[in-house]
Amino acid sequence: MYLLFILLFPLLIGSALLIFKPKNAFAISLATSIIELAATAYVLQQASLSPVSFSAPWVAEAGLSFSLYVDGISGVLIGLCALLVPFIVATTANTDRANNSQFQGLVLAMQTALMGAFLAKDAFLFYFFFEASLLPIYFLAAIYGGENKNAITFKFFVYTLFGSLFFLIALVYVYLLTPGEFHSADIDVLYQTAKGLSADQQGYLFAAFFLAFAIKMPVFPFHTWQPDTYTVAPAQGTMLLSGIMLKMGTYGVIRLVLPMFPLGVATWGLTASILSVIGVIYGSIIAIQQKDAKRLLAYSSFAHVGLMSAGILSGSIEGIQGALYQMVSHGINIIGLFFVIEIIERRTKSREIAQLGGITQFSYPLTVTFVILSLGSVALPLTNGFIGEFLLLKSVFDQNLVLGIIAGITIILGAVYTLRLIQKSMFGNVSRITADFADLTFAEKAVLIPLSALVIVGGIFPSTVLGFSEPAVQQLIQWFK
Amino acid sequence: MTAIIALSLLGILNLFLGFWLSRKTIQAATLLFLGGSMALTALDWNHEMLWYGHMFHTTNTSISFSLIIQLAAFMVVSFSKGFGIDEEHTHPAEYYAILLFSVVGAILMVSFDHLIMFFVGLEILSVAMYVLTGSDKRNLRSNEAALKYFLMGSFATGILLFGITLVYGATRSFYLANIALAIANTPPESTPIFLSIGVLLILVGFLFKISAAPFHFWTPDVYEGAPTIFTMFMSTVVKAASFAALFQVLSGPFGTMYGTWVYPIYYVSMLTLLIGNITAAYQQSAKRMLAYSSISHAGYMLLTVSANQASTQSTILYYSLSYTLATIVAFGVVMLVAEYQTGRTEKPENFSSFEGLAKQNPGLAFCFTIALLSLAGIPLTAGFWGKFFVFSDIFNRHVYYPVILAIVMSAVGVYYYFKAIIAIYFKEGDIERIELPGLVKFAMWACTLGTLLLGVYPSIVKNLF
Repeated sequence: MYLLFILLFPLLIGSALLIFKPKNAFAISLATSIIELAATAYVLQQASLSPVSFSAPWVAEAGLSFSLYVDGISGVLIGLCALLVPFIVATTANTDRANNSQFQGLVLAMQTALMGAFLAKDAFLFYFFFEASLLPIYFLAAIYGGENKNAITFKFFVYTLFGSLFFLIALVYVYLLTPGEFHSADIDVLYQTAKGLSADQQGYLFAAFFLAFAIKMPVFPFHTWQPDTYTVAPAQGTMLLSGIMLKMGTYGVIRLVLPMFPLGVATWGLTASILSVIGVIYGSIIAIQQKDAKRLLAYSSFAHVGLMSAGILSGSIEGIQGALYQMVSHGINIIGLFFVIEIIERRTKSREIAQLGGITQFSYPLTVTFVILSLGSVALPLTNGFIGEFLLLKSVFDQNLVLGIIAGITIILGAVYTLRLIQKSMFGNVSRITADFADLTFAEKAVLIPLSALVIVGGIFPSTVLGFSEPAVQQLIQWFK
Repeated sequence: MTAIIALSLLGILNLFLGFWLSRKTIQAATLLFLGGSMALTALDWNHEMLWYGHMFHTTNTSISFSLIIQLAAFMVVSFSKGFGIDEEHTHPAEYYAILLFSVVGAILMVSFDHLIMFFVGLEILSVAMYVLTGSDKRNLRSNEAALKYFLMGSFATGILLFGITLVYGATRSFYLANIALAIANTPPESTPIFLSIGVLLILVGFLFKISAAPFHFWTPDVYEGAPTIFTMFMSTVVKAASFAALFQVLSGPFGTMYGTWVYPIYYVSMLTLLIGNITAAYQQSAKRMLAYSSISHAGYMLLTVSANQASTQSTILYYSLSYTLATIVAFGVVMLVAEYQTGRTEKPENFSSFEGLAKQNPGLAFCFTIALLSLAGIPLTAGFWGKFFVFSDIFNRHVYYPVILAIVMSAVGVYYYFKAIIAIYFKEGDIERIELPGLVKFAMWACTLGTLLLGVYPSIVKNLF
């Protein structure tokens, strides 16, 4: 029942916000997300003892059930989702979006969709939430977005929907092979059924599944929607997209693709890894040349997720554990960084890196937190990014030396664009638009300081997360090895 | 069964009511009649019965389809404000009466056990539709539409009748059960060739009625020309009834001839999906876009028919219901906005006249969005499950290419439905608040909530039988 609560609670309050349009939407939304975080923490505490599950009949005549469960893998993701949403809500403080009930309602609705995708034990339920999450984020981006938002968000919507349709088809294919009069889409049953498929079939199915997830993450060459959408979406929308939503893609690969189609992965995994690594390098190189800070972060996110994808596809324990850890770290770092850019934009009305400079003279806390978050993103030792990237790179090395070496360049390239961003914006001469840069407000500090603290804590105590997920990951690997 | 007698009599009563009662009262009376007939229909639930010398058969399936048809008629009547035409030239009593008669025809079409009964039902429905299409007498487009519909419709009827004749010649019966028996008892090598020709001609007649490509050319013009309220009726009631009848004919007596009719259906459905969706993407007028979208939905439903599985019937039922709920709202909003825009713009039904609708009319915009999302097949709406059931039925036959095409075409569908959504939410416009009569509001929200409910919990309809 707790699972049902953490799934539906945000939606309930979110719909209430959308319908009744109360004046104090910010307080309600923040309270909701904090209660959600507390409830999720309780569920995770239970799940660390033994997996928690909930099941109810749904579309019985089609063998679909409304079943949710939390094990080590989904636990990490729901934890991430519940952890980040309060911060995302808090970033709206003192802006015109704070008490915009429509905006807050959509954010909370989005949280339910994301939670649902991570909690689902029935593959169709996963698909259901996977798709449903597009609606709130589409409206968030298209209503509150920047220039040329209609065309860009529309491309985003159609592109991702198109990919997931292939996923749906492949899923239906496997589902119809499941035993029983009504079939079943329970993930465990699907695992069993997929075992009986030939290598050829698994190859096609892998392609169809991976396409959907590759578009969501995105992996090269399916990334063309991503930089535009991240740039045009409102800061909170971008945080949801990059901090949580792209993890649905990586989670899908871990949860569905690896255990269902090991033969498909054996055939096509290397190709997919190569594409992912191309994305890592390509994203990093383009990030170096960006003039717009938000766009730079979009490409950096593209590069990071490419490494996660390559690590997961290696199918090793380091790869999956590393990816899980990196999903959490990346979520924390990227929303922090997007918030820093948002703060700069609020004060200077610009995101052009060339126009900024010397901000450190006006706001010391901003510089410190920005630097810490960036170092996390660059994967410096003692930051959370290091643990994940190290494990991921190791898994890629083990799989293919050349690929590993190429992927390793990402650390250098990542340092180049991130440090360039810090240097040009924080240090150097004060520019015309940064001339009277106001220091951080309390609300802004309340977001950035805890996030920076998490960067360090994550770097020093990785075992909280890694230990939590390890049994489930071990079990998963046992299954398909 | 009692429902069709009641509806026929009440239709005649309705004609007389026109002498005494005002338009509003007649509308209320018609709603009452439809509500009553729905109750009568529902009473037969679980009482399988044969009537009229075994020509009319009430089963749970036929009852569910009859209910959908009457529900659609109910919603259409709720949306109509004396049929939108100016005060002087309306004849509400006549229109409501014709509407009730056409519902009788549609019910016959979903409950027949005899091909002549089916034919009678089809004609009652069609003739009523010809009249309603041309009911906006002083509008040139409406006249053109009526004439086109009539010519094409009677041509299709002729072909259908010819097919029935050939089948009768080969099997010496009009009864579905006897036809099935005759076909089963004839060894394949001595089956007369004109039996297959008869089946194919019947199929062609149906394809005209459901506007599948390449027999769809009348649809956009007729749907656009007819008063929107009747377009709403045509695209829901006629479609649902025709599909139910088509499946009953094909799966029942001609089920053993699966190989004869399934390939034409594959090709026709693929062509329909391709033409319907791609042409829809180019439309400037929302009404015409919905007309093409209705063609494309015929393509999806044809795919289900071709699957011919045990679950196909409930899939058609589910799809018809979800499509009906969404289409009524979609056409309803187009109608309301076009009425509001009349005189302001040259083409009140174009996407451009929807711009900025959401600002002052959030409820209307929300219902329209849900309807379009459902038509596009996005999760949380009934349309998603409709598509899901269709795909899973056809996949069970191990047929892949049409499904892959259907999926690609759903993505195209998202494109043109979203054109409307973008226009209402994200474009600047100056539409003021549109005041809705209580009944319209009720019908709109009922359909929208129904769409959402079916979207979250499809079992309520899917496991009826």
